[in-house]
Amino acid sequence: MSAEVPEAASAEEQKEMEDKVTSPEKAEEAKLKARYPHLGQKPGGSDFLRKRLQKGQKYFDSGDYNMAKAKMKNKQLPAAAPDKTEVTGDHIPTPQDLPQRKPSLVTSKLAG
Amino acid sequence: VAEADIISTVEFNYSGDLLATGDKGGRVVIFQREQENKSRPHSRGEYNVYSTFQSHEPEFDYLKSLEIEEKINKIRWLPQQNAAHFLLSTNDKTIKLWKISERDKRAEGYNLKDEDGRLRDPFRITALRVPILKPMDLMVEASPRRIFANAHTYHINSISVNSDHETYLSADDLRINLWHLEITDRSFNIVDMKPANMEELAEVITAAEFHPHQCNVLVYSSSKGTVRLCDMRSSALCDRHSKFFEEPEDPSSRSFFSEIISSISDVKFSHSGRYMMTRDYLSVKVWDLNMESRPVETHQVHEYLRSKLCSLYENDCIFDKFECCWNGSDSAIMTGSYNNFFRMFDRNARRDVTLEASRENSKPRASLKPRKVCTGGKRKKDEISVDSLDFNKKILHTAWHPLENIIAVAATNNLYIFQDKVN
Repeated sequence: MSAEVPEAASAEEQKEMEDKVTSPEKAEEAKLKARYPHLGQKPGGSDFLRKRLQKGQKYFDSGDYNMAKAKMKNKQLPAAAPDKTEVTGDHIPTPQDLPQRKPSLVTSKLAG
Repeated sequence: VAEADIISTVEFNYSGDLLATGDKGGRVVIFQREQENKSRPHSRGEYNVYSTFQSHEPEFDYLKSLEIEEKINKIRWLPQQNAAHFLLSTNDKTIKLWKISERDKRAEGYNLKDEDGRLRDPFRITALRVPILKPMDLMVEASPRRIFANAHTYHINSISVNSDHETYLSADDLRINLWHLEITDRSFNIVDMKPANMEELAEVITAAEFHPHQCNVLVYSSSKGTVRLCDMRSSALCDRHSKFFEEPEDPSSRSFFSEIISSISDVKFSHSGRYMMTRDYLSVKVWDLNMESRPVETHQVHEYLRSKLCSLYENDCIFDKFECCWNGSDSAIMTGSYNNFFRMFDRNARRDVTLEASRENSKPRASLKPRKVCTGGKRKKDEISVDSLDFNKKILHTAWHPLENIIAVAATNNLYIFQDKVN
Protein backbone atom coordinates (compact mmCIF):
# COMPACT_ATOMS: atom_id res chain seq x y z
CA MET A 1 0.00 0.00 0.00
CA SER A 2 2.58 2.54 1.05
CA ALA A 3 4.73 1.61 -1.90
CA GLU A 4 2.06 2.88 -4.30
CA VAL A 5 1.91 6.40 -2.92
CA PRO A 6 5.44 7.51 -3.82
CA GLU A 7 4.88 6.09 -7.31
CA ALA A 8 1.70 8.10 -7.81
CA ALA A 9 3.41 11.21 -6.47
CA SER A 10 6.31 10.90 -8.86
CA ALA A 11 3.95 10.29 -11.78
CA GLU A 12 2.17 13.53 -10.95
CA GLU A 13 5.44 15.37 -10.57
CA GLN A 14 6.52 14.02 -13.89
CA LYS A 15 3.32 15.22 -15.53
CA GLU A 16 3.80 18.64 -13.97
CA MET A 17 7.30 18.82 -15.32
CA GLU A 18 6.08 17.72 -18.71
CA ASP A 19 3.42 20.39 -18.60
CA LYS A 20 5.97 23.04 -17.89
CA VAL A 21 8.00 21.92 -20.82
CA THR A 22 5.18 21.46 -23.31
CA SER A 23 2.89 24.28 -22.20
CA PRO A 24 4.35 27.77 -22.36
CA GLU A 25 1.35 29.00 -20.41
CA LYS A 26 2.11 26.77 -17.45
CA ALA A 27 5.73 27.87 -17.57
CA GLU A 28 4.61 31.48 -17.41
CA GLU A 29 2.33 30.65 -14.51
CA ALA A 30 5.24 29.13 -12.64
CA LYS A 31 7.27 32.26 -13.27
CA LEU A 32 4.48 34.45 -11.93
CA LYS A 33 3.97 32.30 -8.85
CA ALA A 34 7.67 32.50 -8.17
CA ARG A 35 7.56 36.29 -8.18
CA TYR A 36 4.27 36.69 -6.35
CA PRO A 37 3.77 33.70 -4.08
CA HIS A 38 0.58 35.11 -2.54
CA LEU A 39 -1.17 35.58 -5.85
CA GLY A 40 -4.36 33.66 -6.40
CA GLN A 41 -4.70 32.45 -2.84
CA LYS A 42 -7.85 34.43 -2.29
CA PRO A 43 -10.71 33.88 -4.71
CA GLY A 44 -8.73 35.95 -7.18
CA GLY A 45 -11.41 36.41 -9.79
CA SER A 46 -13.71 38.43 -7.60
CA ASP A 47 -10.95 40.65 -6.23
CA PHE A 48 -9.86 41.64 -9.67
CA LEU A 49 -13.41 42.16 -10.89
CA ARG A 50 -14.39 44.25 -7.92
CA LYS A 51 -11.37 46.49 -8.42
CA ARG A 52 -12.47 46.92 -12.02
CA LEU A 53 -15.95 47.97 -10.96
CA GLN A 54 -14.54 50.59 -8.63
CA LYS A 55 -12.41 52.33 -11.21
CA GLY A 56 -12.51 56.06 -10.77
CA GLN A 57 -12.89 56.09 -6.99
CA LYS A 58 -11.44 59.19 -5.41
CA TYR A 59 -11.56 59.84 -1.71
CA PHE A 60 -13.43 63.05 -1.02
CA ASP A 61 -15.57 63.21 2.06
CA SER A 62 -17.74 66.29 2.02
CA GLY A 63 -18.59 65.72 5.70
CA ASP A 64 -14.94 65.78 6.74
CA TYR A 65 -14.36 68.79 4.56
CA ASN A 66 -17.22 70.79 6.02
CA MET A 67 -16.35 69.82 9.61
CA ALA A 68 -12.77 70.87 9.08
CA LYS A 69 -13.87 74.12 7.54
CA ALA A 70 -16.14 74.83 10.50
CA LYS A 71 -13.41 74.04 13.02
CA MET A 72 -10.82 76.10 11.28
CA LYS A 73 -13.11 79.10 10.81
CA ASN A 74 -10.84 81.88 9.73
CA LYS A 75 -7.72 79.85 9.42
CA GLN A 76 -6.81 78.36 6.11
CA LEU A 77 -7.28 74.68 5.57
CA PRO A 78 -4.00 72.77 5.25
CA ALA A 79 -2.86 73.13 1.72
CA ALA A 80 -2.67 70.15 -0.53
CA ALA A 81 0.52 68.17 -0.44
CA PRO A 82 2.63 68.63 -3.54
CA ASP A 83 1.90 65.03 -4.35
CA LYS A 84 -1.72 65.33 -5.35
CA THR A 85 -2.46 61.69 -4.72
CA GLU A 86 -2.20 62.22 -0.93
CA VAL A 87 -5.85 62.87 -0.25
CA THR A 88 -6.37 60.51 2.64
CA GLY A 89 -5.16 60.49 6.22
CA ASP A 90 -4.83 63.75 8.15
CA HIS A 91 -5.07 65.92 5.15
CA ILE A 92 -8.60 67.15 4.56
CA PRO A 93 -9.19 67.26 0.83
CA THR A 94 -10.93 70.21 -0.66
CA PRO A 95 -12.81 70.06 -3.91
CA GLN A 96 -9.94 71.98 -5.44
CA ASP A 97 -7.38 69.39 -4.37
CA LEU A 98 -8.91 66.60 -6.29
CA PRO A 99 -7.31 66.48 -9.67
CA GLN A 100 -10.21 67.98 -11.53
CA ARG A 101 -9.30 67.56 -15.08
CA LYS A 102 -10.16 70.57 -17.14
CA PRO A 103 -12.38 69.85 -20.12
CA SER A 104 -10.60 69.68 -23.41
CA LEU A 105 -11.01 73.19 -24.66
CA VAL A 106 -8.32 72.42 -27.14
CA THR A 107 -9.57 71.02 -30.42
CA SER A 108 -8.53 67.47 -31.15
CA LYS A 109 -5.36 67.22 -33.21
CA LEU A 110 -7.18 64.97 -35.63
CA ALA A 111 -9.29 67.94 -36.62
CA GLY A 112 -6.31 70.19 -37.14
CA VAL B 1 1.44 61.81 -26.31
CA ALA B 2 -1.24 63.90 -24.65
CA GLU B 3 -3.64 61.51 -22.99
CA ALA B 4 -6.67 63.38 -24.22
CA ASP B 5 -5.66 62.69 -27.82
CA ILE B 6 -5.76 58.92 -27.47
CA ILE B 7 -8.47 57.62 -29.77
CA SER B 8 -10.94 55.43 -27.91
CA THR B 9 -13.44 54.48 -30.60
CA VAL B 10 -13.80 54.46 -34.40
CA GLU B 11 -17.00 53.88 -36.36
CA PHE B 12 -18.16 54.22 -39.97
CA ASN B 13 -21.76 55.22 -40.59
CA TYR B 14 -24.14 53.03 -42.59
CA SER B 15 -23.09 54.41 -45.98
CA GLY B 16 -19.41 54.64 -45.12
CA ASP B 17 -19.30 58.27 -46.15
CA LEU B 18 -18.76 59.40 -42.60
CA LEU B 19 -16.21 58.13 -40.09
CA ALA B 20 -16.45 59.13 -36.46
CA THR B 21 -13.70 58.93 -33.86
CA GLY B 22 -13.97 59.54 -30.13
CA ASP B 23 -11.07 60.22 -27.82
CA LYS B 24 -10.08 60.21 -24.17
CA GLY B 25 -10.66 63.95 -23.96
CA GLY B 26 -14.36 63.47 -24.67
CA ARG B 27 -14.16 64.88 -28.20
CA VAL B 28 -15.68 63.51 -31.36
CA VAL B 29 -14.13 64.13 -34.77
CA ILE B 30 -16.11 63.20 -37.88
CA PHE B 31 -14.46 62.69 -41.24
CA GLN B 32 -16.28 62.76 -44.55
CA ARG B 33 -15.31 61.01 -47.71
CA GLU B 34 -14.53 63.31 -50.61
CA GLN B 35 -16.85 63.00 -53.56
CA GLU B 36 -15.41 61.94 -56.87
CA ASN B 37 -13.95 65.01 -58.48
CA LYS B 38 -12.71 65.00 -62.08
CA SER B 39 -10.25 67.81 -61.53
CA ARG B 40 -8.61 66.10 -58.53
CA PRO B 41 -8.71 62.39 -59.32
CA HIS B 42 -6.36 61.46 -56.49
CA SER B 43 -8.63 62.91 -53.87
CA ARG B 44 -11.38 60.42 -54.53
CA GLY B 45 -12.06 58.49 -51.44
CA GLU B 46 -10.02 60.67 -49.13
CA TYR B 47 -11.49 61.41 -45.77
CA ASN B 48 -11.33 64.97 -44.51
CA VAL B 49 -12.52 66.55 -41.30
CA TYR B 50 -16.21 67.30 -41.46
CA SER B 51 -17.10 68.24 -37.91
CA THR B 52 -15.63 68.17 -34.43
CA PHE B 53 -17.28 68.77 -31.09
CA GLN B 54 -16.91 68.18 -27.38
CA SER B 55 -19.29 65.36 -26.59
CA HIS B 56 -18.65 64.70 -22.90
CA GLU B 57 -17.02 66.64 -20.09
CA PRO B 58 -15.30 65.20 -17.01
CA GLU B 59 -17.62 65.00 -14.03
CA PHE B 60 -17.27 64.27 -10.36
CA ASP B 61 -19.94 62.36 -8.49
CA TYR B 62 -19.57 63.81 -4.98
CA LEU B 63 -22.04 61.37 -3.50
CA LYS B 64 -20.04 58.32 -4.46
CA SER B 65 -16.60 59.93 -4.63
CA LEU B 66 -16.36 58.79 -8.19
CA GLU B 67 -14.56 60.54 -10.95
CA ILE B 68 -16.41 60.14 -14.23
CA GLU B 69 -14.07 60.18 -17.18
CA GLU B 70 -15.04 62.06 -20.30
CA LYS B 71 -13.48 59.37 -22.47
CA ILE B 72 -15.80 58.29 -25.27
CA ASN B 73 -16.18 54.54 -24.96
CA LYS B 74 -18.36 53.95 -28.00
CA ILE B 75 -19.96 55.77 -30.90
CA ARG B 76 -22.80 54.24 -32.88
CA TRP B 77 -24.46 55.89 -35.86
CA LEU B 78 -28.17 55.87 -36.46
CA PRO B 79 -29.39 55.03 -39.97
CA GLN B 80 -29.89 58.22 -41.90
CA GLN B 81 -33.50 59.32 -42.22
CA ASN B 82 -33.20 62.91 -43.43
CA ALA B 83 -30.52 65.42 -44.34
CA ALA B 84 -29.08 65.40 -40.84
CA HIS B 85 -26.89 62.69 -39.34
CA PHE B 86 -27.42 61.28 -35.88
CA LEU B 87 -25.05 59.38 -33.66
CA LEU B 88 -24.99 58.06 -30.11
CA SER B 89 -21.85 58.62 -28.10
CA THR B 90 -21.25 57.38 -24.59
CA ASN B 91 -18.76 57.71 -21.76
CA ASP B 92 -18.82 55.58 -18.60
CA LYS B 93 -22.15 56.91 -17.38
CA THR B 94 -24.06 59.02 -19.90
CA ILE B 95 -25.21 58.43 -23.46
CA LYS B 96 -25.89 61.36 -25.75
CA LEU B 97 -27.70 61.59 -29.06
CA TRP B 98 -26.02 64.13 -31.33
CA LYS B 99 -27.46 65.70 -34.43
CA ILE B 100 -25.01 66.79 -37.07
CA SER B 101 -26.51 69.07 -39.67
CA GLU B 102 -25.27 71.25 -42.46
CA ARG B 103 -26.04 74.84 -43.01
CA ASP B 104 -25.12 76.35 -46.35
CA LYS B 105 -27.55 79.23 -46.62
CA ARG B 106 -28.20 82.20 -44.48
CA ALA B 107 -30.96 84.75 -44.53
CA GLU B 108 -30.19 88.35 -45.27
CA GLY B 109 -32.40 91.40 -45.14
CA TYR B 110 -34.11 91.06 -41.83
CA ASN B 111 -36.44 93.83 -40.84
CA LEU B 112 -35.79 94.06 -37.14
CA LYS B 113 -32.03 93.70 -37.09
CA ASP B 114 -29.01 94.92 -39.03
CA GLU B 115 -26.65 92.69 -40.95
CA ASP B 116 -24.33 92.65 -37.95
CA GLY B 117 -27.14 91.59 -35.64
CA ARG B 118 -27.85 94.84 -33.88
CA LEU B 119 -31.51 95.53 -33.34
CA ARG B 120 -32.98 98.25 -35.44
CA ASP B 121 -35.12 100.91 -33.86
CA PRO B 122 -38.64 99.86 -34.86
CA PHE B 123 -39.79 103.43 -35.15
CA ARG B 124 -37.21 104.10 -37.83
CA ILE B 125 -38.35 101.30 -40.05
CA THR B 126 -40.26 102.78 -42.94
CA ALA B 127 -40.44 99.90 -45.35
CA LEU B 128 -40.80 96.14 -45.11
CA ARG B 129 -38.60 93.76 -46.98
CA VAL B 130 -38.63 90.02 -47.42
CA PRO B 131 -35.40 88.35 -46.26
CA ILE B 132 -33.66 86.40 -48.99
CA LEU B 133 -31.57 83.26 -48.66
CA LYS B 134 -27.98 83.64 -49.73
CA PRO B 135 -25.42 80.87 -50.00
CA MET B 136 -22.72 80.80 -47.36
CA ASP B 137 -19.68 78.69 -46.58
CA LEU B 138 -20.73 75.29 -45.42
CA MET B 139 -21.11 75.13 -41.69
CA VAL B 140 -21.53 71.82 -39.93
CA GLU B 141 -23.24 72.04 -36.58
CA ALA B 142 -23.45 69.42 -33.90
CA SER B 143 -26.07 69.71 -31.22
CA PRO B 144 -27.03 67.32 -28.43
CA ARG B 145 -30.64 66.26 -28.93
CA ARG B 146 -31.06 63.76 -26.10
CA ILE B 147 -29.15 63.03 -22.93
CA PHE B 148 -29.67 59.57 -21.47
CA ALA B 149 -28.28 59.78 -17.97
CA ASN B 150 -28.42 58.18 -14.55
CA ALA B 151 -29.24 54.66 -15.65
CA HIS B 152 -25.93 52.96 -14.99
CA THR B 153 -24.27 52.28 -11.67
CA TYR B 154 -21.29 50.64 -13.34
CA HIS B 155 -19.23 51.61 -16.35
CA ILE B 156 -20.87 51.52 -19.77
CA ASN B 157 -18.91 49.36 -22.20
CA SER B 158 -21.34 49.05 -25.14
CA ILE B 159 -24.21 50.68 -26.93
CA SER B 160 -26.05 49.15 -29.85
CA VAL B 161 -28.84 50.55 -32.02
CA ASN B 162 -31.64 48.10 -32.68
CA SER B 163 -32.76 47.19 -36.19
CA ASP B 164 -36.14 48.73 -35.39
CA HIS B 165 -34.35 52.12 -35.43
CA GLU B 166 -36.36 53.15 -32.40
CA THR B 167 -34.62 51.51 -29.49
CA TYR B 168 -31.07 50.88 -28.41
CA LEU B 169 -29.30 49.07 -25.60
CA SER B 170 -26.56 50.22 -23.26
CA ALA B 171 -24.51 47.72 -21.29
CA ASP B 172 -22.32 48.19 -18.24
CA ASP B 173 -20.31 45.64 -16.26
CA LEU B 174 -23.38 44.06 -14.71
CA ARG B 175 -26.51 45.32 -16.42
CA ILE B 176 -28.02 45.94 -19.81
CA ASN B 177 -30.68 48.61 -20.30
CA LEU B 178 -33.09 49.17 -23.16
CA TRP B 179 -33.92 52.71 -24.23
CA HIS B 180 -36.23 54.38 -26.68
CA LEU B 181 -34.42 57.04 -28.67
CA GLU B 182 -37.14 59.58 -27.96
CA ILE B 183 -37.43 58.98 -24.21
CA THR B 184 -34.70 60.03 -21.83
CA ASP B 185 -36.36 59.71 -18.46
CA ARG B 186 -37.04 56.02 -18.61
CA SER B 187 -35.00 52.95 -19.35
CA PHE B 188 -35.81 49.27 -18.98
CA ASN B 189 -33.38 46.87 -17.43
CA ILE B 190 -33.28 43.69 -19.47
CA VAL B 191 -30.23 41.88 -18.10
CA ASP B 192 -28.98 41.98 -14.52
CA MET B 193 -25.93 39.98 -13.56
CA LYS B 194 -25.37 41.55 -10.18
CA PRO B 195 -25.11 38.84 -7.51
CA ALA B 196 -27.06 39.31 -4.26
CA ASN B 197 -23.75 39.29 -2.44
CA MET B 198 -21.02 41.24 -4.21
CA GLU B 199 -18.41 39.01 -2.57
CA GLU B 200 -19.61 36.31 -4.93
CA LEU B 201 -18.98 38.35 -8.04
CA ALA B 202 -17.34 36.09 -10.56
CA GLU B 203 -18.35 37.34 -13.97
CA VAL B 204 -18.96 40.69 -15.66
CA ILE B 205 -20.47 41.75 -18.96
CA THR B 206 -17.82 42.85 -21.43
CA ALA B 207 -19.77 43.70 -24.61
CA ALA B 208 -23.31 43.58 -26.00
CA GLU B 209 -24.94 43.98 -29.39
CA PHE B 210 -28.32 43.77 -31.04
CA HIS B 211 -28.85 41.39 -33.93
CA PRO B 212 -28.63 43.27 -37.25
CA HIS B 213 -32.06 42.10 -38.49
CA GLN B 214 -33.97 40.46 -35.66
CA CYS B 215 -35.01 43.26 -33.36
CA ASN B 216 -35.79 40.86 -30.50
CA VAL B 217 -32.35 39.26 -30.33
CA LEU B 218 -29.26 40.51 -28.54
CA VAL B 219 -26.01 38.94 -27.39
CA TYR B 220 -23.66 39.78 -24.57
CA SER B 221 -20.21 38.48 -23.80
CA SER B 222 -18.60 37.91 -20.43
CA SER B 223 -15.24 37.97 -18.70
CA LYS B 224 -15.43 34.17 -18.47
CA GLY B 225 -15.30 33.77 -22.23
CA THR B 226 -18.96 32.98 -22.78
CA VAL B 227 -21.65 34.59 -24.93
CA ARG B 228 -25.33 34.58 -24.09
CA LEU B 229 -27.99 35.20 -26.69
CA CYS B 230 -31.27 36.56 -25.39
CA ASP B 231 -34.66 36.83 -27.00
CA MET B 232 -36.68 39.73 -25.68
CA ARG B 233 -39.90 38.02 -26.64
CA SER B 234 -39.47 35.29 -24.07
CA SER B 235 -39.66 37.53 -21.02
CA ALA B 236 -39.26 41.09 -19.90
CA LEU B 237 -36.12 40.31 -17.95
CA CYS B 238 -33.64 38.42 -20.06
CA ASP B 239 -31.65 36.91 -17.23
CA ARG B 240 -32.33 33.48 -18.68
CA HIS B 241 -30.54 33.17 -21.96
CA SER B 242 -31.92 31.48 -25.02
CA LYS B 243 -28.50 30.32 -26.18
CA PHE B 244 -25.21 29.90 -24.38
CA PHE B 245 -22.01 29.85 -26.40
CA GLU B 246 -18.92 28.46 -24.75
CA GLU B 247 -15.99 26.54 -26.11
CA PRO B 248 -15.20 23.61 -23.86
CA GLU B 249 -11.84 23.91 -22.19
CA ASP B 250 -9.30 21.18 -21.71
CA PRO B 251 -9.06 21.04 -17.91
CA SER B 252 -5.50 19.81 -18.00
CA SER B 253 -4.34 22.92 -19.80
CA ARG B 254 -5.89 25.27 -17.29
CA SER B 255 -3.57 27.83 -15.74
CA PHE B 256 -3.76 31.00 -13.69
CA PHE B 257 -4.07 32.92 -16.94
CA SER B 258 -6.80 30.81 -18.53
CA GLU B 259 -9.76 32.82 -17.39
CA ILE B 260 -8.09 36.17 -17.96
CA ILE B 261 -7.13 35.42 -21.54
CA SER B 262 -10.49 33.86 -22.29
CA SER B 263 -12.30 37.06 -21.33
CA ILE B 264 -14.08 38.31 -24.43
CA SER B 265 -13.28 41.94 -25.20
CA ASP B 266 -15.62 42.37 -28.18
CA VAL B 267 -18.53 40.61 -29.85
CA LYS B 268 -19.85 41.50 -33.30
CA PHE B 269 -22.59 40.00 -35.42
CA SER B 270 -21.79 39.40 -39.08
CA HIS B 271 -23.69 41.60 -41.51
CA SER B 272 -25.66 38.53 -42.58
CA GLY B 273 -26.80 37.92 -39.03
CA ARG B 274 -25.93 34.25 -39.30
CA TYR B 275 -22.59 34.42 -37.51
CA MET B 276 -20.95 36.31 -34.69
CA MET B 277 -17.32 36.94 -33.88
CA THR B 278 -15.70 37.13 -30.45
CA ARG B 279 -12.28 38.52 -29.58
CA ASP B 280 -10.38 37.20 -26.60
CA TYR B 281 -6.80 38.05 -25.71
CA LEU B 282 -5.03 35.76 -28.14
CA SER B 283 -7.60 34.85 -30.79
CA VAL B 284 -10.68 35.73 -32.78
CA LYS B 285 -13.45 33.14 -33.04
CA VAL B 286 -16.31 32.95 -35.48
CA TRP B 287 -19.48 31.29 -34.20
CA ASP B 288 -22.47 29.98 -36.09
CA LEU B 289 -25.52 31.16 -34.16
CA ASN B 290 -27.01 27.73 -34.69
CA MET B 291 -24.22 25.97 -32.85
CA GLU B 292 -23.46 26.77 -29.23
CA SER B 293 -20.96 24.06 -28.49
CA ARG B 294 -17.92 25.54 -30.19
CA PRO B 295 -16.86 28.16 -32.73
CA VAL B 296 -16.72 27.29 -36.41
CA GLU B 297 -13.45 29.16 -36.89
CA THR B 298 -10.61 30.16 -34.60
CA HIS B 299 -7.92 32.55 -35.81
CA GLN B 300 -4.76 33.13 -33.83
CA VAL B 301 -3.93 36.80 -33.58
CA HIS B 302 -0.62 36.67 -31.73
CA GLU B 303 -0.11 33.20 -30.32
CA TYR B 304 3.55 34.03 -29.70
CA LEU B 305 2.41 36.04 -26.70
CA ARG B 306 1.43 32.88 -24.85
CA SER B 307 4.98 32.49 -23.64
CA LYS B 308 5.03 36.10 -22.44
CA LEU B 309 1.91 36.02 -20.29
CA CYS B 310 3.82 36.56 -17.07
CA SER B 311 5.24 39.92 -18.13
CA LEU B 312 2.01 40.86 -19.89
CA TYR B 313 0.24 40.31 -16.60
CA GLU B 314 2.77 42.43 -14.76
CA ASN B 315 2.47 45.36 -17.15
CA ASP B 316 -1.33 44.99 -17.31
CA CYS B 317 -1.31 44.43 -21.06
CA ILE B 318 -3.10 41.13 -20.53
CA PHE B 319 -6.19 43.22 -19.70
CA ASP B 320 -6.13 45.18 -22.96
CA LYS B 321 -9.47 45.14 -24.73
CA PHE B 322 -9.09 44.61 -28.45
CA GLU B 323 -12.02 45.11 -30.80
CA CYS B 324 -12.70 43.24 -34.01
CA CYS B 325 -14.72 43.90 -37.15
CA TRP B 326 -16.16 42.26 -40.26
CA ASN B 327 -15.88 43.54 -43.79
CA GLY B 328 -19.07 44.36 -45.66
CA SER B 329 -19.47 40.92 -47.25
CA ASP B 330 -18.39 39.02 -44.10
CA SER B 331 -15.60 37.38 -46.08
CA ALA B 332 -12.86 38.94 -43.97
CA ILE B 333 -12.28 39.96 -40.37
CA MET B 334 -9.80 42.32 -38.81
CA THR B 335 -8.42 42.98 -35.36
CA GLY B 336 -5.50 44.82 -33.79
CA SER B 337 -2.38 43.74 -31.97
CA TYR B 338 0.77 45.33 -30.49
CA ASN B 339 3.60 47.26 -32.11
CA ASN B 340 0.94 49.03 -34.21
CA PHE B 341 0.31 45.75 -36.00
CA PHE B 342 -3.13 44.70 -37.09
CA ARG B 343 -4.28 41.40 -38.53
CA MET B 344 -6.68 40.61 -41.33
CA PHE B 345 -8.08 37.14 -41.96
CA ASP B 346 -9.59 36.15 -45.29
CA ARG B 347 -12.12 33.51 -44.30
CA ASN B 348 -12.63 32.10 -47.77
CA ALA B 349 -9.05 31.95 -48.94
CA ARG B 350 -7.92 30.94 -45.43
CA ARG B 351 -5.13 33.45 -45.56
CA ASP B 352 -4.11 36.00 -43.02
CA VAL B 353 -1.78 38.96 -43.05
CA THR B 354 -0.11 41.19 -40.49
CA LEU B 355 0.19 44.85 -41.39
CA GLU B 356 1.61 47.84 -39.59
CA ALA B 357 0.07 51.25 -39.07
CA SER B 358 2.96 53.61 -38.73
CA ARG B 359 4.35 56.61 -40.53
CA GLU B 360 7.94 55.43 -40.39
CA ASN B 361 7.36 52.20 -42.18
CA SER B 362 5.01 53.26 -44.91
CA LYS B 363 4.63 56.17 -47.27
CA PRO B 364 1.27 57.60 -48.30
CA ARG B 365 -0.18 55.82 -51.32
CA ALA B 366 2.38 53.03 -51.10
CA SER B 367 1.19 49.48 -50.57
CA LEU B 368 1.57 48.15 -47.09
CA LYS B 369 4.20 45.50 -46.66
CA PRO B 370 3.20 42.40 -44.71
CA ARG B 371 5.01 42.09 -41.40
CA LYS B 372 6.13 39.01 -39.60
CA VAL B 373 6.95 38.32 -36.00
CA CYS B 374 9.76 35.90 -35.41
CA THR B 375 9.32 33.50 -32.54
CA GLY B 376 12.20 31.13 -32.95
CA GLY B 377 15.90 31.70 -32.63
CA LYS B 378 16.94 32.89 -36.04
CA ARG B 379 15.45 36.18 -37.02
CA LYS B 380 15.20 36.75 -40.74
CA LYS B 381 15.70 40.16 -42.22
CA ASP B 382 12.50 42.26 -42.00
CA GLU B 383 11.16 40.10 -39.21
CA ILE B 384 10.74 41.50 -35.76
CA SER B 385 11.35 39.44 -32.66
CA VAL B 386 8.73 39.10 -29.93
CA ASP B 387 10.96 40.83 -27.42
CA SER B 388 11.28 43.91 -29.63
CA LEU B 389 7.56 44.46 -29.87
CA ASP B 390 6.39 47.75 -28.42
CA PHE B 391 3.51 46.91 -26.11
CA ASN B 392 2.62 50.56 -25.70
CA LYS B 393 1.70 50.77 -29.36
CA LYS B 394 -1.56 48.90 -29.27
CA ILE B 395 -4.26 48.91 -31.90
CA LEU B 396 -7.45 48.40 -29.96
CA HIS B 397 -9.94 50.03 -32.34
CA THR B 398 -10.44 49.31 -36.02
CA ALA B 399 -13.35 49.76 -38.41
CA TRP B 400 -14.17 48.49 -41.88
CA HIS B 401 -16.19 50.44 -44.43
CA PRO B 402 -19.61 48.75 -44.79
CA LEU B 403 -19.38 48.42 -48.56
CA GLU B 404 -15.84 48.94 -49.81
CA ASN B 405 -12.38 47.82 -48.87
CA ILE B 406 -11.50 50.85 -46.83
CA ILE B 407 -10.35 50.42 -43.25
CA ALA B 408 -9.77 52.81 -40.39
CA VAL B 409 -7.14 51.91 -37.81
CA ALA B 410 -6.57 53.87 -34.61
CA ALA B 411 -2.99 53.71 -33.36
CA THR B 412 -2.94 55.53 -30.02
CA ASN B 413 -3.44 59.15 -31.07
CA ASN B 414 -3.22 58.65 -34.82
CA LEU B 415 -5.88 57.58 -37.26
CA TYR B 416 -4.86 55.65 -40.36
CA ILE B 417 -7.17 55.07 -43.29
CA PHE B 418 -6.17 52.41 -45.80
CA GLN B 419 -7.84 51.52 -49.07
CA ASP B 420 -7.57 48.89 -51.73
CA LYS B 421 -5.41 50.21 -54.51
CA VAL B 422 -7.49 51.54 -57.39
CA ASN B 423 -5.82 51.88 -60.77
